[in-house]
Amino acid sequence: MNALGITGGVLQAVVITGGAPLLTGLMRQVRARLEGRAGPGVGQPWRDLRKQFRKEAVTPDGTSEIFRIAPLLLVATTVTAAVVAPFVTSASAAGPMADLFAVVALLAMGTATLALAAIDTGTAFGGMGASREVTILALVEPTLLVSIFALSVGAGSTSLAAIVAATLSDPARVLSPASLLAAVALAVVTVAETGRIPVDNPATHLELTMVHEAMILEYAGPDLALIELASSMRLCVFLGLLASLFTPWGIATSLTPAALAVGTAAFASKVAAGGAALAAAEVFMAKIRLFRVPELLAGSFLLAVCAVASSYFLTGPN
Amino acid sequence: MPTATYVELLNLACGALLATAVLILWRRQFAAIIRWFGVQGVALAALAALLAIRGHDARLGAVAAGVFALRAVALPWLLRRALARAEAAALQPQRETRPLVNVTASLLAAAVLTLLAYAVSRPLTALTPDSPAAHAIPLGMAVVLIGFFALVTRRRALAQVTSFLLMDNGITAVGLLTTASTSLIVELGVSLDVLLAVGVLQVLTGRLRETFGSTDLDELRELHD
Repeated sequence: MNALGITGGVLQAVVITGGAPLLTGLMRQVRARLEGRAGPGVGQPWRDLRKQFRKEAVTPDGTSEIFRIAPLLLVATTVTAAVVAPFVTSASAAGPMADLFAVVALLAMGTATLALAAIDTGTAFGGMGASREVTILALVEPTLLVSIFALSVGAGSTSLAAIVAATLSDPARVLSPASLLAAVALAVVTVAETGRIPVDNPATHLELTMVHEAMILEYAGPDLALIELASSMRLCVFLGLLASLFTPWGIATSLTPAALAVGTAAFASKVAAGGAALAAAEVFMAKIRLFRVPELLAGSFLLAVCAVASSYFLTGPN
Repeated sequence: MPTATYVELLNLACGALLATAVLILWRRQFAAIIRWFGVQGVALAALAALLAIRGHDARLGAVAAGVFALRAVALPWLLRRALARAEAAALQPQRETRPLVNVTASLLAAAVLTLLAYAVSRPLTALTPDSPAAHAIPLGMAVVLIGFFALVTRRRALAQVTSFLLMDNGITAVGLLTTASTSLIVELGVSLDVLLAVGVLQVLTGRLRETFGSTDLDELRELHD
């Protein structure tokens, strides 16, 4: 644990919490413009959140404490992941504890809690959404672990900070087959885990196709706002992980105001570029059938396995 | 060419070979399968060209040019023509509708086959531990195994032809990586053989479709006069 990591952690938490709704707004705006609409503007998610936070908190009859603490837990796990992963600075606030297993487990815990809360409501849609989300989660986690593991073979450590530092010291590493295959696998997993097209449609309210939206159907007011905020932040964390692992340039390696400013700006622009690209790609895609989602995720798992395999095969003498 | 650049480009070409093999196994539409097959041909030609530049071997350079002409241009063109003809006949959807093993399971099987390829090619790698090309042999072997798996699980004739060619791409890659100096005559003979095989299979597929109205090879169960 060092000063750089702690400063970075605080900065990351502030940037991600404040910037995540803007990222969602940016993605909606890109999508709207490409579809020929004017769009509500980048700040609309923040205005929605402000409106929701001012409302009275209501919970359905017969729900237990799980329903009430799930939004808090979801935000808490996401903020923790945002603090410990290396986004703005190359050091981590939690030191070597912030390895890939911890971060992946934190993110999975948030999803699992939300699924429990959805079952807790006892409605048909909640249970259906939870079952779908857990199916996707069970297929996503192995891919996520295996593809980050492929990167850690090259760096010799599973600590995310060490992987980022190794990539910084040897930029050619990014173009190795292991890294490229892992990048594709991670991109597919990011799309699946954050509920974007083609796995889930974030804009739908058609009951039969919902996954994430079906789970949060019973939430209203401040709780709903927390969940919306947390979903934006998760998207931001995943895009940030992609950016830090594959294009770590600009990340702050020293504790000077200039380096931190450059690191923050680089992180924000990389995540914004990734989000805009994702939104632009979504315009050209249709949601695939739920039964074909395992196919997509098995494909990304295979790419991740190939990434691990080639990182072992191709480490011959140079 | 500096050694580090050479190793990196070699690894990249081999990674592209494996990735395109996975994509061929993944996709169902014939048009997409043929497109990725063409991309794989380019990767294979790049691999041969790299080895030629590294070894200052003009004959290997000729092999690279031949591989490019055959596997990135001629064979995809032939396959596309067969596909266009089948589409004109419009007798069936132009995709692999029911492979014997579903796509999810075959992708997981491909993961196992990749690890198997690593295990079986260790003796080959151990023969020349100093050569970076030898370390890429498992990737070529994985392409061979994935191609063979696709060959036995696909039902439609066009998909089987593509799987056969995928396997042949893998064999060529392993050949290039192990010897690094395939004689021009051997490569020429193999290439012409492949071209001929595709020609024969294409005629056969055409006849099959004319006679039975389908190219599902599972329907060929009994003999007729």
